[in-house]
Amino acid sequence: MSQSDWDKDAVTQLIDSLKDKPGAMLPILHGIQDNLGYIPKDSVPLIAKALNVSRAEVHGVITFYHYFRESPPGKHTIHLCRAESCQSMNGPRLEAHAKAKLGIEYHETTTDGNFSLEPVYCLGNCGCSPAMSINGEVYGRVSPERFDEILDELRGQA
Amino acid sequence: MSLIRDKDYGTPASPSEKNVTLEIDGFKVTVPEGTSVMRAASSIGIEIPKLCATDSIDPFGSCRLCVCQVEGGRGYPASCTTPVSQGMKVQTENAKLNQIRKGIMELYISDHPLDCLTCPSNGNCELQDMAGTVGLREVRYGYEGKNHLKSEKDTSNPYFTFDPSKCIVCSRCVRACEETQGTFALTIDGRGFDSKISPGQNEAFMDSECVSCGACVQACPTATLMEKSVYQKGQPDHSIITTCAYCGVGCSFKAEMKGAEVVRMVPDKNGQANHGHSCVKGRFAFGYATHPDRLTTPMIRKSIHDPWQKVSWEDAINYAASEFKRIQEKYGRYSVGGLTSSRCTNEEAYLVQKLVRAAFGNNNVDTCARVCHSPTGYGLKQTLGESAGTQTFDSVMQSDVILVIGANPTDGHPVFGSLMKKRLREGAKLIVADPREIDLVKSAHVKAEYHLKLRPGTNVALVNALAHVIVTEGLVKEDFVNERCDIDSFNKWRDFVAQERNSPEASEIHTGVAAQKVREAARLYASAGNGAIYYGLGVTEHSQGSTTVIGIANLAMATGNVGREGVGVNPLRGQNNVQGSCDMGSFPHELPGYRHVADVTTRSLFESVWGVKLEAEPGLRIPNMFAAAIDGSFKGLYCEGEDIAQSDPNTQHVQEALESMECVVVQDLFLNETAKFAHVFLPGASFLEKTGTFTNAERRISPVRRVMPPKAGYEDWEVTQMLSNALGYAMDYSSAKEILDEIASLMPTFKGVSFKKLDEQGSVQWPCNDEAPDGTPTMHIGQFVRGKGRFMPTEYVPTSERTTGKYPLILTTGRILSQYNVGAQTRRTDNVAWHSEDRLEIHPHDAEDRGIVTGDKVAIRSRAGVTVLHTLVTERVQPGVVYTTFHFPESGANVITTDNSDWATNCPEYKVTAVQVEKVAGFSQWQNEFQAFTEEQLSMLEKATAAG
Ligand code: SF4
Ligand code: SF4
Ligand code: SF4
Ligand code: FES
Ligand code: FES
Repeated sequence: MSQSDWDKDAVTQLIDSLKDKPGAMLPILHGIQDNLGYIPKDSVPLIAKALNVSRAEVHGVITFYHYFRESPPGKHTIHLCRAESCQSMNGPRLEAHAKAKLGIEYHETTTDGNFSLEPVYCLGNCGCSPAMSINGEVYGRVSPERFDEILDELRGQA
Repeated sequence: MSLIRDKDYGTPASPSEKNVTLEIDGFKVTVPEGTSVMRAASSIGIEIPKLCATDSIDPFGSCRLCVCQVEGGRGYPASCTTPVSQGMKVQTENAKLNQIRKGIMELYISDHPLDCLTCPSNGNCELQDMAGTVGLREVRYGYEGKNHLKSEKDTSNPYFTFDPSKCIVCSRCVRACEETQGTFALTIDGRGFDSKISPGQNEAFMDSECVSCGACVQACPTATLMEKSVYQKGQPDHSIITTCAYCGVGCSFKAEMKGAEVVRMVPDKNGQANHGHSCVKGRFAFGYATHPDRLTTPMIRKSIHDPWQKVSWEDAINYAASEFKRIQEKYGRYSVGGLTSSRCTNEEAYLVQKLVRAAFGNNNVDTCARVCHSPTGYGLKQTLGESAGTQTFDSVMQSDVILVIGANPTDGHPVFGSLMKKRLREGAKLIVADPREIDLVKSAHVKAEYHLKLRPGTNVALVNALAHVIVTEGLVKEDFVNERCDIDSFNKWRDFVAQERNSPEASEIHTGVAAQKVREAARLYASAGNGAIYYGLGVTEHSQGSTTVIGIANLAMATGNVGREGVGVNPLRGQNNVQGSCDMGSFPHELPGYRHVADVTTRSLFESVWGVKLEAEPGLRIPNMFAAAIDGSFKGLYCEGEDIAQSDPNTQHVQEALESMECVVVQDLFLNETAKFAHVFLPGASFLEKTGTFTNAERRISPVRRVMPPKAGYEDWEVTQMLSNALGYAMDYSSAKEILDEIASLMPTFKGVSFKKLDEQGSVQWPCNDEAPDGTPTMHIGQFVRGKGRFMPTEYVPTSERTTGKYPLILTTGRILSQYNVGAQTRRTDNVAWHSEDRLEIHPHDAEDRGIVTGDKVAIRSRAGVTVLHTLVTERVQPGVVYTTFHFPESGANVITTDNSDWATNCPEYKVTAVQVEKVAGFSQWQNEFQAFTEEQLSMLEKATAAG
């Protein structure tokens, strides 16, 4: 996905409005991600300049937190639960299946831009492990087959 | 000779003066408070295993290999992050600790390629050493797990590789880049098992913010970051300590060798100017010394349009001598002269000026300092009494406010720039006075409080405005002035700067800097504690260069900022030995030690030692030599290690002068621009091929040691000696040592200097004599060298070089990190990867007015000439100002600079030229002629090769 599709003026404004706060880096990164869904690589120099730090340092912070994305999210974001209950209820099998099926690792997006995969730690749905959520909607007892069905449905909608 | 392996204490020394005694493995040890347990142990020879700690950076405590046990304490603390305490009892080794260490090593090694035998670090690898030390015998995890062994190598940097498959993520490189270099180019990408070292935003080193200083390579305990030269040549087997031959920082290096080949240059931890740090030039750009362009056979020719003829040393020397004699017979004693080099050693500069005064029998000797720091010599001598900077580099670590005027330390004096940045990160305040936004104005973790973005050529107006605020707002340190300075001179100066016309408000029309900003900056400098001024060629290379230097000294005296650590007046000297060449009597009016030739006592001292009668009248300065050459009264020049045809202003004029001479003798490594006008070429020796001393910007005399034989058979001083003998003035030195001894016997400030002293002490700052046997780090303590400090009024006289409708822009010049001055050396190294041509920087407004975009070819036209460069449109320069570097001869930067020069010293006004800029298609006429002439001269060289 092209990096220049984002609104430079809006991002600059956002950075300017936050840069003088103490510990401004995280609020700025959250602000950008909230607005754009990700933190474009070429917004990093702007952040670095405003905060008087290096590009490398900004990059270090972004990659330290899995929450931050460096590429636009897919149309649908799949969160797979990796916490205890799901782990003990075939979570790893679902995980392996999902990755193979989508051909991506965590924090990546399918080449067609449809799906992103993220880990999550407990969706509060332990009773129906293994669980996942897509675009905020929680699904329980997700077997590999069920996973495929759900995805097909979503594709159908698209 | 053996390989010098410096001891690594693991963590930096503690500056505390309070001592603490503890017991380590049953041994008592006393160390400064704040020392780590690791360092304390190391100080008594107990080396605790470690991986993430090294004594150039703060400890981090990540690898846990250095665990220890403290009696009465809990767990297994890391000894690198545990400070000592009184009475503490530490165990550094037992079964439990060994088990922990083995476990850690096992984990590391399970994700490490097992190719030690073919690894470039083999023989010098900390990971290997640690595996041996902890007694690793098996790796239970196997090597099949998830690992990093397939990570791709980054070879983008021309000098070192980054092989992440060998990385143990100790983060030493990240911390070295931050703490030592201050660039912050590296980070850890990701976390946990996924963490890896990332230059910039996970990009190639060359695309990142990296400036290739080598600090990370130095800090890396594995082969992850490794010099390419070690890949090619293997580990060195012996090392010799010497001094960098590039800039005036004068970094100390270990030349790590194999036979007569340099494998790598490693910054010397014990170097007192650099403390183990380096920049891309000294660290990596030494390849010019063995470049195929090196000329190693003497050559002669009758006319510069004849092919060169290769001859023996004897024939070349005899021919040169007979020509000089013939010329002197025909045109008189004053018709010849010589130039000493700021790149050669003290001993060599001394010998050339001695040859001119004793063998030529006149005082026609000058040096490249004429075109850079001659105003410093003059201005500081007049006010403080000594022609040199007042501090050590380390002094900056005590400064509270730093004023940088017309200098660009991070490019021009990078290792000092890093030190200054370190101090700024600790909280010192910064004021930058510069027409351009240099990196110090704003870069990672550094930000100038005030950037006084003045118009080129208005330094004096700005300095006067600062002084005005200081005297009219009651900021003068009265006690200091009363006690230490000449009061009459102070009163006169005060009345002068207090005049309304010197106020920031009145100066604003000249400088373009808002009065309020000047007022605030002046208050900050005068009242924030220790105030230090650093300045460079942006001060000296002006029609009022000397005036600004005087003005700077006035500021420092008025605010009591001289004579202790953390303050002072610090010229950042451009070349490695420009301080030294000036000290050695390279000026036509001064004998070594800045003593006037008219002074009878000095002259008779030299006459008795040299055994000749000396001329009492000052000789010709470089510009006078050129003028006299064109007049027909100056016909022969001996030019050692200097490229006047490129470096001096108004190139057409210089070329005409050179063409008017009958015998130009050039002694150099390469067929440089001046050599193209020469009749005799004498091959020079690089710093790696000679013994002697260099003196850096802090008056530090450092040893230069020969690490390989001279390519052409002789060190430069030997060539001068042969020439002198052929001219009939006998010289009989058997080594540089004998020359230094003679210098020491003749110069009161050098009395205690000897190679023996340098061997013992590493380096020494002059004055070094009976009063100061170990040298003088800080000058003017208690009293100025001239007695009372002298204030001098500094009337601002705008340069005659003004903008007009026809020449509406001001061109100013500067240099860049990767290239060095005329570039003869750095252009012949891989440093061209960073800077392969000089470009014209122009502000977007001025560019738009002229329909120029980045990359366009533009003609830059001044009253003196025209040249063509590619452009770079940038807001670094202000509207109305354009800027270029001057590292490439074909750029012809000096074709357009004018004849204007400093009123006191003739230092050329490189920094201000009124120009017009317009888009063009082709190169200038001068450039085309230059091209043709270069081709002709290269063919002359080729023909010589054929004949030889
Ligand atoms: S590159 Fe070297 S210094 Fe940097 S983390 Fe890896 S092993 Fe450590
Ligand atoms: S070479 Fe210097 S600037 Fe570049 S990454 Fe290493 S430490 Fe940083
Ligand atoms: S800072 Fe100067 S002296 Fe030091 S390595 Fe670089 S060029 Fe050489
Ligand atoms: S552990 Fe998966 S939803 Fe709670
Ligand atoms: S050396 Fe102390 S934790 Fe790594």
